[in-house]
Amino acid sequence: MDTSIKDRTAVAGIAQTRFAKSLEGSEKRLACEVIVAACEDAGIDPSEVDGLCSYTMENTAEVDIAKNIGADNITYFSQIAYGGGGGCATLGQAAMAVATGQARVAVAWRSRKRGSGGRPWASANVGLPTPLQWSRPFGLLRPADEIGVLTRRYMHEYGATRDHLANVALACRRHANMNPNAMMHEKKLTREDYMAARWISEPLCLFDNCLETDGALAAVIVSAERARDCRQPPVYIHSFGQGLPSQHHTMVNYWCEDPLRGPSWGCSEQLWRHSDFTPADVDVAQIYDAFTTLIPLSLEGYGFCGKGEGASFTEGGAIELGGRLPVNTSGGGLSEAYVHGFNLITEGVRQMRGTSTAQVDGAETCLVTSGEGVPTSAVLLRKG
Amino acid sequence: MMGDALTTDEGFLLPVRDEESEPFWEGTRAGELRIQGCGSCGRLRFPPRPMCPWCRSTVSSWKIMSGRGTVWSFVIPHPPLLPAYGELAPYNVVVVALEDDPSIRLVGNLVADSEAPINSVDPASIEIGQAVRVAFQPLSDEFTLPRWIRE
Repeated sequence: MDTSIKDRTAVAGIAQTRFAKSLEGSEKRLACEVIVAACEDAGIDPSEVDGLCSYTMENTAEVDIAKNIGADNITYFSQIAYGGGGGCATLGQAAMAVATGQARVAVAWRSRKRGSGGRPWASANVGLPTPLQWSRPFGLLRPADEIGVLTRRYMHEYGATRDHLANVALACRRHANMNPNAMMHEKKLTREDYMAARWISEPLCLFDNCLETDGALAAVIVSAERARDCRQPPVYIHSFGQGLPSQHHTMVNYWCEDPLRGPSWGCSEQLWRHSDFTPADVDVAQIYDAFTTLIPLSLEGYGFCGKGEGASFTEGGAIELGGRLPVNTSGGGLSEAYVHGFNLITEGVRQMRGTSTAQVDGAETCLVTSGEGVPTSAVLLRKG
Repeated sequence: MMGDALTTDEGFLLPVRDEESEPFWEGTRAGELRIQGCGSCGRLRFPPRPMCPWCRSTVSSWKIMSGRGTVWSFVIPHPPLLPAYGELAPYNVVVVALEDDPSIRLVGNLVADSEAPINSVDPASIEIGQAVRVAFQPLSDEFTLPRWIRE
């Protein structure tokens, strides 16, 4: 019996709010508005929604969503843990629910006022029990510090340089400059700007860090059959993976055998095992970029190059529009918006619909990944 | 533990212990670097936890480390930071691979001597691979942090 969910479900609708440092309205209101808008995009009445998938970090509860949007009866709901690692899993678990008949119209969403709502690390009274008792008292306070440690080691082991990290920041910014919805749409960035930027946690500078954004996004997932009758062309969820590898310990993952071999490696095995495609077939990718370093690490994990080759992969415009593998074509977390990677999902869908502002000609497959460095997830989208 | 203070009077974060980590923090207070070992197969593991992932024994036996290691990686944080740390920035945070088992890597700070603050070493002089030894610095009456001095 073939139990694979391959191409059995599709994204039928997407929606997003404006992205800004500060938006009016509560996270709850933004979530409800964007879910209704995603249903409208699909041409499905919100009362039909019966599946809800989001992040454990999401502040809007299923009961609130259901009673605001007027859902008749929710038959499947799940939350995925580990912050930005859960993004693609909201889509993947919705797809599993629809493929197995546990839901017919599933919604995945993220609503977050991170731009105006404060920095999670800035509180002294959260997150100190294991494992953070081993890192925060020493002044390793922020995600940038935690990933900075891996970045320095990566540079040391493989000869990666700040120029490679700049390649990532510049590619995302150039794509954002083409996207009127990107927070950095009108702000150009040069290599000189990058090199002159202030440090956040050496070796990471300001432009190695993602934006701080208020915004909400949603996607509607239905069966492939139903999607073909919806308002928009279907975008199939071709394969889905999650990964929590051996002895992994979230962002302070210094205690496994090789901390530079992150959760994307295990997630990738699962993703490709259930796919008709290989990395060489992928036309465009949306790769989680809370920090520039995560892109070379993920390029390696998902098999686009060998271990230690992710930095050199970024040379010669390879990850820009027109290059070997255009990455983060809406600007990503670094230059469009940082909403725990949900904007990577919606951009992946737009690429498969042919409506991106940095459209890759003839693109038929798009990889979307979630946070590397934490238990993670990924989906391979296919044009309908 | 709920009763523990969250920060020192100066605003430095205190570790929040759990049942498994208690022997580690007792060790640092006694001037010893203790790491949890399996009471059955003997293998070291970190962070401490109830079960050995290799033989599934729940019996543990704590071992005293030599206190020597090498710098595996490091960062130099700059603001914005929590105020107490921001006042010392730029300071260093190192990850040290232990000589007794290099797959065990402890987060800490390089300091000039056992009394010196976390910004007492010139960041430009720090390199991956440098040999270090542990030094214990009391943070409060209850907590002593392991810091590192170059050999």
